[in-house]
Amino acid sequence: MISKAAFLLTVPSLLAAAAFAALAIPSRAQQQQPTHNLPTAAHGGTIVMLCDGKTGIEVKDLKPGQTMSRAEAQSVADALMAKWQHAHPNEHWQMAQASPAAEASPAASASRGAIAPSHAAPSSSQTQSAANAPAAAPSLTVQQGDTYASFQPRDYKVWKAETDKFVADGKRIFHDDKALGSTIGVSCDMCHPDAANTHPETYPKYQVQLQKVALLRDMIDWCVENPVKGKALDPNDPKLRALEAYIYAQRKGVPLDYGKH
Amino acid sequence: MAVRHKSVETKYMEERGAALRGLRQLDRRTFMKVLAATAGAVMAKGLVPPHTFQLVNVANAAVDKSWSTAGASGTPPFMFAYLSDTHMYVRAKNQRFVKGAVKAVEDVNALDPQPDFVLFGGDLAQLGRPEELEQGQEILAMLKAPVKMMVGEHDWFYDLGDKWQQLFGPPNYSFDWKGVHVIVLMSVHEKDFWTARKLTPAERIQIVAGLDNPIQSRFEVGDEERDWLKNDLAKVPTTTPLLIFSHSPLYKYYRNWNFWTEDAEQVQALLRSYPNVTVIHGHTHQVLFNQIGNISFYGMLSTAWPWPYAPQGLPPLTVQMNRADPYDQLDGLGYGQLNVNKEGLPDMLYNLWDRNPVTIHSEYLRSHGKIYRPPAPQFASY
Ligand code: HEC
Repeated sequence: MISKAAFLLTVPSLLAAAAFAALAIPSRAQQQQPTHNLPTAAHGGTIVMLCDGKTGIEVKDLKPGQTMSRAEAQSVADALMAKWQHAHPNEHWQMAQASPAAEASPAASASRGAIAPSHAAPSSSQTQSAANAPAAAPSLTVQQGDTYASFQPRDYKVWKAETDKFVADGKRIFHDDKALGSTIGVSCDMCHPDAANTHPETYPKYQVQLQKVALLRDMIDWCVENPVKGKALDPNDPKLRALEAYIYAQRKGVPLDYGKH
Repeated sequence: MAVRHKSVETKYMEERGAALRGLRQLDRRTFMKVLAATAGAVMAKGLVPPHTFQLVNVANAAVDKSWSTAGASGTPPFMFAYLSDTHMYVRAKNQRFVKGAVKAVEDVNALDPQPDFVLFGGDLAQLGRPEELEQGQEILAMLKAPVKMMVGEHDWFYDLGDKWQQLFGPPNYSFDWKGVHVIVLMSVHEKDFWTARKLTPAERIQIVAGLDNPIQSRFEVGDEERDWLKNDLAKVPTTTPLLIFSHSPLYKYYRNWNFWTEDAEQVQALLRSYPNVTVIHGHTHQVLFNQIGNISFYGMLSTAWPWPYAPQGLPPLTVQMNRADPYDQLDGLGYGQLNVNKEGLPDMLYNLWDRNPVTIHSEYLRSHGKIYRPPAPQFASY
């Protein structure tokens, strides 16, 4: 039934190194996507990787430009998951849609060994103890060895600092008519103090005036062009990305409710 | 100058002005007939809402007239209008906010009968520059009725009130009007956050202009002005109704946005012995009202932009206006009329552009919401 044999192989972890390289680059404008160097296919097929950046298989006979049938693709996905499960015998893989009861429960996510409490974004006291005592590293009751588990509180600190910087940049632009390119001295905060009434959690939703289902960035752009009278920003413009980050950050904890008017 | 400041709506009003003036001479039944016919004519012209708001205004003017002759005893009823929070940059920089102010001036000028006076609720300028204030004075000078000026923080914190006072006089004053004692307060003093930081006037006003900028301090009436108020009230009998005009709300709604007066309780205490007190305030740019003891509070609409309801602290008696339509520059904006009854208590008429007007009956607040509840919003804030 499986026409293309799948060979399991191990790929050295490259993602972590690439991620750190990206973090070290100060300017977002120059920031590049980390590239993922795949190992060469030993059997002339195509390497397919899991999102952990570690687990991969070679699909033999799949040449560049060729596609798989749905059934073939499913069998490759199954083989990848089987390999991952084999390497993580105690990990409980949760299908988000299949178990709504566990959804969004902090206990559920904590029970996933990958993000055990001692590894979660550190509170200051955790950071403290981690800095003073390396013994705060995973205890025996916590799973180890995969990508997530190998990150230390220090890593979370760096990531948080980076994210906060991104959000702060968005906050600055949101409040600065010149940075927004306003020709009439108008900035977003004049009508949206603390980004109130921007409702990012309701996107995507249909916007009558735009005559389409809009993403948050479409609405931001509309506001940049209209009340602010600037030039619409390219979706990849660092300013638009930063504005989006700030607007989302202001609604932390509000449940997603796409389509709401 | 009048031609320079004429809006599309004015041209529309002029076109039909004669017909509308005639309407008020009619009795109610004939009036309704003409109203229906006019609505037909409007439809035939292909005018759809928002243009129909003018018909609504005509209907109101007619109602106001029958109402205003009803007063039999006490103080004679009267009507005054307000416009507020125009936030104008100079026209060369920004047309939009100038247009809003001009539209409000024209709408107030079109009221018939004319208001006894027009209260300007503060924040005439956006960044307190002398050119902005002068331009604002020029636009307000087009009002036919006498204007009572009040200062806002956007007018004050560039030169700490120099230009504003030169143009409009002292920011605290009082006068008696048809049995009501009217007090205009300067209520946007802030503690000095600029000297130690060595800020320039431009930097200072920019900080004050940012609603969510936490560097500035909270608004207060302050010791000096409260003393002034106390002295002013010393000669006013407690049976006299009071109308207080203040840019800041004179109560505590939401601290982070300065929807707030730090010494509110002390000011309220000075007013406690007067049974009929109404505060009309600016700054909040939304349909907003509150009752604290003997004092009714009404927030004024802006002509520049609407503000979201704050995430906390909204007075429970406030019935929100629908959220503003971002695609309609005039939505959530407008001006107001206050019909003061023989007890010296005003009913507040929010003349929202492009929407039906909303009337808040004074007894709604004074009964703590038991009677005259205004219609609920379809799209409340979230
Ligand atoms: C002149 C006033 C004004 C300015 C300036 C302004 N907006 Fe808005 N914006 C509004 C109003 C009014 C709404 C409708 C609010 C509501 O739904 O309650 C709105 C709606 C939005 C929405 C959609 C909210 C929803 O519920 O879907 C977003 C997103 C938004 N604005 C972002 C921005 C951004 C970003 C800027 C600056 C580039 C900006 N706005 C500038 C007035 C303004």
